[in-house]
Parts: sequence; C-alpha cells; structure tokens
Amino acid sequence: MAETEAPRPRQRPIVRLGIFLISHSFSFSVVCCTAGVLALLLLPILAKNTYISENALMPGSANPMLSNQDVLEANRFVKDLIALNSKPRGSGIESQRLIAQYMKDLGAEVNYHKFHPQITQFHPLQFFSSPDSGTVERNISCSFHGVNTVGITRAPRGDGKEAIVLVTPYNSQKIKQAEALSLGTAYSVFSLLSRVTWLAKDIIWLVSDSQHGEYAAVSAWLRDYHIPMFTRLHTVNAETCPDINYLYDVRDNSVTGRKIYDGFKRAGTMAAALVIKVVDRSETFDDNLNIYAEASNGQMPNLDLINIVNYLAVHRQGFRVKVEKLWSLLDSKWLKNLGELFESVGQVVSSINPQWKFGIPAADYTEGIATLASSLYNQALGVPTGPHGAFRDYQVDAITLELSPRASVDKIIRQNDFLLRGGRLIEGVILSVNNLLEKFHQSFFLYLLTSPGKFVSVGVYMIAFALLVAPLPMVAASLYADAINLNSSQNNEKTVADEPGTALRSLKWVNAAKKVFVVHLWGSVVSLLPYFICQIPNRSPTVSFIIWFLLSVLSFFIMFLILASPFSHAKESQLHLREWAILKSVTMSATFIGLCLMSVINFSTAELGGLLLVPMCLMAQPMRRDIRVGSLSTLSRLAYNLVFCLIGFPPVTFVLLKGAFEGFNSINVGDFWCWVESLWAWSSATYLYIEGILYLFGAERGSTITRNSRSEEAYLAICQLVLLILCVDSFRKVVHPHMVRTVRMLNHCIVLARSL
Amino acid sequence: MELSFTQGRWNYERWGGFDPVPSNNAKPPGVELWAVFDVPHYQVDASWKNLTHALSGLFCASINFLESSTSYSAPQWGFHSASGNLRYGTLPREAVCTENLTPWLKLLPCRDKAGISALMDRPSIYKGFYHSQRLHLTGKGFDSDGVDSGIVLQQTLTVVLQPNEKRTPVTSLETKFQPSWSLTSIFGRKVSGSCVLAKSSTVYLQLDRDLVAELKNLQKHNEIAVAENVNYEGLRSGYGFQLSVEPDKVLEEVNGSHGTSPSLLYVFSVEKHSESEPFDLGLTWKIPVAWSCQQAPLHASRFLMGSGNERGAIAISFESTRLSEWLLHSDAIDSCELPVKIFQVVPWYIKVYYHTLQVYVDEQQQAISDVVDKIHVSPSEDKVSPGMMEMILKFPCRMKSAVATLEFDKGFLHIDEYPPDANQGFDIPSAVISYPDFYSSTQFGDDKSLEALPILAKFQENNSVVSYTEVLLVPLTTPDFSMPYNVITITCTIFALYFGSLLNVLRRRVGEEERFLKSKDAKKGGPISQFLSKLSAKLTGRPLETPQSPTSTSSSFISSKLILKVVLVAGIAIVWHFYLE
Repeated sequence: MAETEAPRPRQRPIVRLGIFLISHSFSFSVVCCTAGVLALLLLPILAKNTYISENALMPGSANPMLSNQDVLEANRFVKDLIALNSKPRGSGIESQRLIAQYMKDLGAEVNYHKFHPQITQFHPLQFFSSPDSGTVERNISCSFHGVNTVGITRAPRGDGKEAIVLVTPYNSQKIKQAEALSLGTAYSVFSLLSRVTWLAKDIIWLVSDSQHGEYAAVSAWLRDYHIPMFTRLHTVNAETCPDINYLYDVRDNSVTGRKIYDGFKRAGTMAAALVIKVVDRSETFDDNLNIYAEASNGQMPNLDLINIVNYLAVHRQGFRVKVEKLWSLLDSKWLKNLGELFESVGQVVSSINPQWKFGIPAADYTEGIATLASSLYNQALGVPTGPHGAFRDYQVDAITLELSPRASVDKIIRQNDFLLRGGRLIEGVILSVNNLLEKFHQSFFLYLLTSPGKFVSVGVYMIAFALLVAPLPMVAASLYADAINLNSSQNNEKTVADEPGTALRSLKWVNAAKKVFVVHLWGSVVSLLPYFICQIPNRSPTVSFIIWFLLSVLSFFIMFLILASPFSHAKESQLHLREWAILKSVTMSATFIGLCLMSVINFSTAELGGLLLVPMCLMAQPMRRDIRVGSLSTLSRLAYNLVFCLIGFPPVTFVLLKGAFEGFNSINVGDFWCWVESLWAWSSATYLYIEGILYLFGAERGSTITRNSRSEEAYLAICQLVLLILCVDSFRKVVHPHMVRTVRMLNHCIVLARSL
Repeated sequence: MELSFTQGRWNYERWGGFDPVPSNNAKPPGVELWAVFDVPHYQVDASWKNLTHALSGLFCASINFLESSTSYSAPQWGFHSASGNLRYGTLPREAVCTENLTPWLKLLPCRDKAGISALMDRPSIYKGFYHSQRLHLTGKGFDSDGVDSGIVLQQTLTVVLQPNEKRTPVTSLETKFQPSWSLTSIFGRKVSGSCVLAKSSTVYLQLDRDLVAELKNLQKHNEIAVAENVNYEGLRSGYGFQLSVEPDKVLEEVNGSHGTSPSLLYVFSVEKHSESEPFDLGLTWKIPVAWSCQQAPLHASRFLMGSGNERGAIAISFESTRLSEWLLHSDAIDSCELPVKIFQVVPWYIKVYYHTLQVYVDEQQQAISDVVDKIHVSPSEDKVSPGMMEMILKFPCRMKSAVATLEFDKGFLHIDEYPPDANQGFDIPSAVISYPDFYSSTQFGDDKSLEALPILAKFQENNSVVSYTEVLLVPLTTPDFSMPYNVITITCTIFALYFGSLLNVLRRRVGEEERFLKSKDAKKGGPISQFLSKLSAKLTGRPLETPQSPTSTSSSFISSKLILKVVLVAGIAIVWHFYLE
C-alpha cells in the first residue's frame, strides 16, 4: 500500500480531473442534477425570438387578394351546408355532394375518397415492420365508411410537381356552425386560388370526413396517396353500400360536363399542409388562433411554417396567436415565486450592466413554462395533437390552425369579417409556401416553443439534459472503482494465491450484465403480453389490465426460476456488497447509454425519463441493509426510494396526474389500459417507455419479496432495454430524415472504405 | 431534329389527347430535344454535343446541359421508329420565357411585325395555361435522289389561352355560357394583312367532333319544325354561335372509321385584309353547349409511391377512356388487345430495379409475361448514363384501369454534383406513352385543296397517338451544405487528438519518467512549496517532514489565499460598478 501511494504525485491533468470527479461523485452528482433541473427551469429565459430563416418565403409581401365577393360566396356555401342539417335524409352524403358540386363549379378536379378507418390493434411486431405491412381483411359494414372529398386546383402555369394541401375536417353526419365556417374559410381561399395566375404549386383541398376521427380520415387519404394498394382488397364491398353509389348518381347533370372522377387524383409531392379548424369558444377579447404542431413521436414541423403563420396572423390580420399551454401550471404559486425570483435576478443583472439581457417579467415566465411544459409533454407522449400529425409521417410539414372567433358568429357582419380575415391569413400562408423553391429546410426542426414568437433551439435545451445525465457515468465509474478496490483489498487480506479471483475480477461486470439482460428479457416479454390479451374476446379495460398485471407477475416468477437462479448462486457473504455495486454501475451505465440515444431521437421523452430515472438510479440502495442499519438517514433514504419507485410506476403516475388535473373521484383502473391502448395505437415511443417502467416496478416488487437483500438494483436495468427498443423503434417508425441520412451516410462510408 | 420549349402542362382530360394537335404539339414541360443523325455510328455522340451547344447558343437556353452522357439516351424503338442514330434528352426544369421566344421569332420571315405572328403579344401568350414553341427540322436532301435538297423547317407555337371572362356570380348553372372570344380580346392585337414574304397566311378554326355532334343534337331538339335538310346547311353557317368574319371555306372531315359526326374546319385567309380592315376573328356563343375533347384511348398518369429518403416506386396508371370501346367495336372485343408503348428515361441517381416491374390490370396482378409484349432495358450506370426502359404492354380492350409499378432506390450524389437548389428534389423526366395502333390522322375535304394547305397535310400524317406523363419530383437525401465546414472541423479535431495521443504513447517511456518525477519530487516540490515548507518548519520549530504532506497543506493554503484574493478583486469590481456608474 505504502509504496503504491508514494510514486505518483503527478498525473496528466485530464486524468487527475477524472479521478477528482469520480472521487467526489456524490457532490458532483448533486450539483449536476440541481444544475440540470435549474437549466430546464431557465429555458424560457434563454428562449430566442423566432425569425424567418428562408428568404424565399417573403410573408406578407403581397396584398391579400381575397375580396368581399369571395366571402359572400363562402357565406352562401356555409348557409347551404347548414341548411342540409334540416333535411331528413342522410345529410352526410348530401353534404359531400354539395361540397363536390361547389368545388366543381370552381373548375377544380373533384374526386371522392372512400376509406375504412384502420382498426387500432395491438400488434407486437408492428414496431419492427414497415407501416404498410399488409392490411387485415375485415368485414366492414357500410356504416363504417368514411368519404373524403378532394378537390384539386391545378396551377395554371406550374408543372404540377408539387402541391400544397388544405385540410378541413368536418363531421358529415352533423354539421356544426363552426365546422361549416371552417369549410367556408377554406372555400373562399380555394375559390380565389382557382382564379389566380401566380400559383406554382397545385392546391389540394381535402374535406376530410371526421365521423370516425379527424386523424383517421386524413391518414387514410395520405396512405392511399403514398402507398396505394392496387389489388381488389382495397375497394372491397364498396358496391354493396347504396349510399356510396348514390354519390355518383347525379354526377352527370352538370352543364360543365365534367364528371366526378371515381379514381384517385394526385398532384405531385406535397410541400406543406395546413389543417384549418374553427371552434366556437366565444373568446372575450379578440379573434384567437391556436397553433398545434406536435406530430407523432415528438416530431415538429419546420419552424419557418409556424413563423409565417405567426407573422401573418399577428402583423397582418390581427389575430391573437397562442400555442397550447398546460393551464393548470399558470396558477401555481411556486412558479410565480420562481418567476419573480428570476425577474429580480434579472433586474440586478441589468443594473450591473445594462447590456446583459437576462430575465423576463414573471407573468411571461409563467406562461413560457406552461407552454414549454405542454410542448414537452406532447412531444414526450408522442401522440399527435391533430390531423397534421399524419402528414409528418410522410415528411410533409404541417400544422393545425384553430381559429376561434370573438363572441358568437351569429351576426352576419361579424361572420363575414371573420371569414375575410381567416381567409386572408390562409391565403398569405399559401402565397408564402408557393414562393418556396425548395422544400422547408432552412429553419429548425428540433426546437421547443415557449410562446408563439419564442423558441428554444436544440443547442440550448440539450445542456439541461446533459447536466442531468452527467452524474450517471461518474457514479457508475466510482462504484466500479470502489468495488474493484474492495475486491483487491479483500484478496490481499485473504491469500495472495487466490489467482482465479483476480482473473474473475475483471469479468465481474459480465455477470452483472447477464443479470441485467435477464431482467430486460422479462421486460420484453411483458411488453408483448398485450397482444395476446387482445385476442381474448369481450374484454373490458379493467379486466384486461388485471390480466396483464397478473400475467406479468407470473412471467416474472417463471423467469426468475428458470434464468435468474443460476446467476444468483453467489454466497450470501460479504462479497455481496461488492457485487451489488458492480450491478448498480452496470445498470447505471446502461441507463446512461439508453437515455443518451433516446435524447437524439425524442428529446422530450429522454428529458422526462431522465427526470424520473436519474434520481432513482442515484439513490437506490439495497433494502435489507437499510432496514438492518435502521438509522434515520438510511430509513429516510429507504422511504425516498419506495416513494420514487411508486411514482415511477406508470399506473400510479397516471393516476396521480389524472387526479391532479381532474380530481380523484373519476378514476378507474381500466383508464390506464385505455391510455396504454391509445398510446400503442399511435405507435408512440412512450408506450414502450411506460412498459419499461411498469416492469421495472414489477422487478422491484419481485426483488423485495424474493431476494430482498440483493438486486434491488436489477430493476434499474430494465430501463436500458426499454430505451434501446425505443431507439430501434423510433429509427424504424420515425424515419427522421436526418437520422436516416446519417445512417446511410455511414453505410456509404463503410462501403467506400471497403472498396478502397 | 425537333426542339420544343414548353411551359405548363397539357391537360389531356380537358384539351383532348387524340387529335393531331395534342399528339403532335403537346410536349413535356421544359425542353425536349431529339435528333436523328445521318452520320456513322461512332460520330453520333460527337455531333449530338455539337448540336446541343449550337442550339443553346441560338436559343439562349441551357440546352448544353444535355451534352453530358448522364442526361441523354439513345432509344432503340420506344420513342421513335428511327434507327439507332436517335438521341433523346429532356431538361424538365428549364424555365421558358421571352428570351427563348425571341430567337424563335427571328427565324420567321417577318418576325412578329406582320402577318399572323403579329398576334404574338408576349404578356398574353405567357398568361395562358400552356404554351409550347417547337422547331422541327427535316433534312430532305440526304435522300438518295438528291432532287430536292434542302432542309424543311417547321415552327409551331401551341398556346392554350383562357378568354377574358368577366367574373359574374354564378346564380344558376343552367344559364352559364361558355365564354365568347375574339382575337383582340385574347391577344390584344389585330392582324392587318399578311407578311409580304409569306406565300400564304391562313387562320383555321376547328370545331371538335364532339362539339359538332352536340350542336347537331341541340339543333334537332330546337328546330324540329324546320325541314331536315336545312339543318345541315344551318350548321355550316354556324348554328349556336356567330363568327365575326365570314369564312372563306368550310372543310369537313372525311369520316373514316369513326362513328361520330365529322369535325369542321373553317378557313380564313388573312391576305385580303389590310391595315384599314384588320382581321379580327371572333366567336360569340348563342346557346350554352358542353362538350369534351376526344381522349386518347387510355389516360396515363404517373406518380410516386412511398416516402422517406431511402426507396420508393414509380407507378404509371392507365385509366380507360371510352374511346377504345367505340373504336374497336367492330372487332371481337374479348380477344382484342390494346398495345401501349412506354418510353421512360430515369436519371442514374434513381436506381430503378427493373425486375420489380409489376402490372395490375383491373386491380389484379398479372404475370409479366402475359402483359409485356416487348421490353428493352438499358440499366443506368452511375455517373455515366441514365437508365432507359422501352416497353410494349398489351392490355385487354375491356380493361378499366391498369397500373405498372417499378421500385427504385435513391442514390447518393457527390457533393459537387448537387444543383444549387438541391433541396427542391430531383426530376424524373416525363415518360412517353404512345399507342401504336391508333393514328391521329384527320383527313379533310377534297384532295385538290391539300396542296395549298400544308397544315392539312400535316394533319393527315399517320402519326400514332402520343401523350406525355407528368414530371415527377423525387426528394433525395441532401446534405446540409454547411456540413463540409463541420466535417472538416470534426475530422481535424479527431485527427489531432488521435495523433497527439499516439505520439505521446510512443514517445513516453513510463518507467524513466516515473523515476525522474520521483527524484524531482525528492529534490524539490517547486520553489514556492519548498520555501513554504522551510518557513513552516522554522515557524513550528519542527524538522522538515516528508515532502508529501507539506506540499499538500501549502498548496491548499495557496489556493485558499488565491480564492480570497479573487473574491476580493471581484467584490471591488462589483462595488465599483455599482456606485461609480
């Protein structure tokens, strides 16, 4: 010992720094975690103002051409639509015919698109196969049809290579005033665009039939647009439905002579898509515009698209633009206090040097945090916030514009004004996108919005995440080093002749990794279970959730008996502490790798996961030892661990969140199943994540029962697999252009290297 | 040789696809150039290069981009029935504007100063839906006789215009008239007399077959009282519409096999008109008529399938128009077959897998051998030549719709091969669809008039019906073009780190260094620490300890002192800032 200490007073600085950090890992991790959370809270202050990056867009450079004439015609259209409601016979078909007739009068090419909404179904391998892997033949009844009406205006002098899509969802069964208004807005724009000469891209107006959900209709149309099926399956029993055929009955009566084409019309590659909705919320102050942008798996459209909408709405048409917020956060006390704190800090800073711009008013801060939280939540959940999500799956930038008029729109003048402004806004956006020579690529794809005019870019928000996860490798390294030292000292104490022990020493982590792997295996089994549960007919959500839970516990025992026991042969001796340390370090490094990979793909999931997992990883300790020691600190740590595990257990989290937002009285166990089901249906990455934490909890429970003393830590291991699965999944599903490009570039490099 | 500049697309559904006009004059957007060379085989490519350069200079267009071997192809039989000396190239992205029209006009005897070409008011031409200028050169002198040696130049300008229409709110569909027009309202100019150099200068007005049939029907309905034989005369003078200038001649199509009424051709000679009495043809509708132009046997459209930057598929879909039924009604309809010739050029970075060709007829997949009659494929070679496919498909006449699909992989380009607007995507040029069994010839009137009217001779040529599909836009993987900078910096950093550490490892002798360090430590731990240790030794009165512990204490001593100093300075700075500014 003595001679090993003396001869290394100096080492290289980077090594010294590393050793220093590892030896002070506890304080380091505390500092880093706090800094990480703090940096996350600071994000609204660090947000920058948005700016239009692509010069070709030139929003607002032309005067809007939409006139009162168009609005009057749109009004007539709206009136006709609403009048249909009073008719006794299926207003759905009537309204589609009416819309098609109006489109045709504008000189557009019209076709109907019949679709069956895809039945959402658990399918374990769906994640790993391409989305078009065969449709299941179903017995579809006529009532389950939806009919989209599609009108296409060809650009008079364009070459038809690109198209802009306008989407107006409406319920064909019962047309509400607001929906009719959204159709009217789109109609006024469409009628203008059918006359103008400046169009370079075709305009597609998709009137999607949202009686089976807004998303389903749009995604069905997009699927047929991009991945058509040429076999007969596709149009099965359309002939047997009388009302569908009725659509085509009266198609020839027009004087213009053009029929409604019963095929599928296309118009080139899509440049952008706008979903227009009007909701009747009776805003008190002003006409409102809500922008929804989150698509599946946390993908966002190009920031430029949001920018032009924001710019035109605020500076030209006088809308109040909003982005979705978590309203409950707006009233919270501590946020206000925090905001005031930051504000005062900012005042101090600016009084020191007026050049430093730091700090924003407390109210802005609270709003920013609320917006940021909702943005994070939506991205992390991976469920698109509107029909625009379907476009992102095909790499089309799309957003939903939700207009809500001030007061009610019963007065005709008020309605005209609203239509005019809404129409002009959309006209301006289309004009801008039409100017675009290339597809959206200039501005950011990775960003978080804190207000419609402010954003946090990837370079900034990654700092918070990096600070949060930085302790993981450090603590893992220090644990590993301690374990090795302990081992060597024990070896020294025993006999020096214990050679196999030292040989084994370097392989210790393999044993731990095996254990981790077994738990992961169990995790994947649990995640596949819902598929089999789905096969059971006549199940209620509650029953299926209980079955799922029981099955997963059962499978854990089986797995434990078959696989885990051979690995747990180690003696219950003093060695066990060291073993535990190695196990913990392995799981932590695995979690670290998983979180880092996840952050590349879906930042928000990784961030929220990090917030949950990192404290859990850092604090977890063997339970039995804590009980045995029984001091206050260890007991509090124990309590903390248990609480964290409980919170980390997704059903509990779900229930807590729901309770916090909606009150505890409306809670049902089955809700969780529904929630998970919906997540699966959206093929959300979060689903797997939740699964992950679920079996994490299962493992924890199991370990408390059976091997109380040792692998408390095993549960942490599970996260790794989950996150890895997430990565693979997102890779396949998300098809993030950058991602695929990088991978392919890498492949390319490898091929090149080989050929050299 | 034929060169065409086109802007806009020919709308085959609305403007027809069967008559001589669309099948000869409808061209793909951008520039299309093909030429047959009468030179030995090995010289063909060289003369093609010369030709492209000459034309690009002449027409102020970037036709010289067709020079590189990646942009043109040598179809065998798919495009034209010519021999192997044909070269074909297109530039779908070429913007066509007045600078291309002016050189074209210069080739006319009177430019746009006199004669019909005086109508060519640039704004009104370019305001239209579609315009295509075409230059067709035929060498006659190279025939064996050598009698009439010379080159025939045909210049064609095809324009689709929308008559100026006053916007009226549509109250009821029934009363909507189709817009009336006149030359002045369309072009904004008048024709005053013919060009002095011109042999003949004639304006033709053709009424489509469908329109004539429609008018006849209407007339029958309305004028039942009038005797039947008058009807026809009435039509000749124009029933339902009124012409502002009396036609010199009315020609009627010699009805071939087609079962409908013949189309009418009104001939107006411009020569009689002069400055004082300008020629201003106008047409005013008196009754609303709806008709449709004659369609090609199949309506072909092409689209892309799939998404993402990795792979996709090209699909060419055919929708049957009713034409083939009535054209072939005499044959046994079940056994007859409809041949369709497809000629498709694909740039090399779209790597088409020709074995993935699948054909669906009426939503059922067909075996390739049943449908494909003849196929010739020359696969693309990276950065050398584009892929080309010539194919004859045989469809049953009864078929309603058919789809042919081909899968492809998207390739990578080298960074300097990207065009400036790489993020727009890359074009796949139009496919040429032709129907070898259908001829777009129209025979007009009595034979002796034909010598005087070259356009009728043109109409009579037995060309097969041709149509072009849409240009496709394929988004390829495009690098971030600021990336080279990032790549350079990252690579340099990695190289520096790698070589630095490698050199360090190679150079350093660990044992010696340790010994050296040990001796150095034994001797002195730096001047300050040594001094301090001496000082502390004096102060405490103890003898010098081992060098380790004093160094550590002193260093901590120093650092705490240093920190104190720093804090002091910072505090002074802050106070100074606060109170002095």
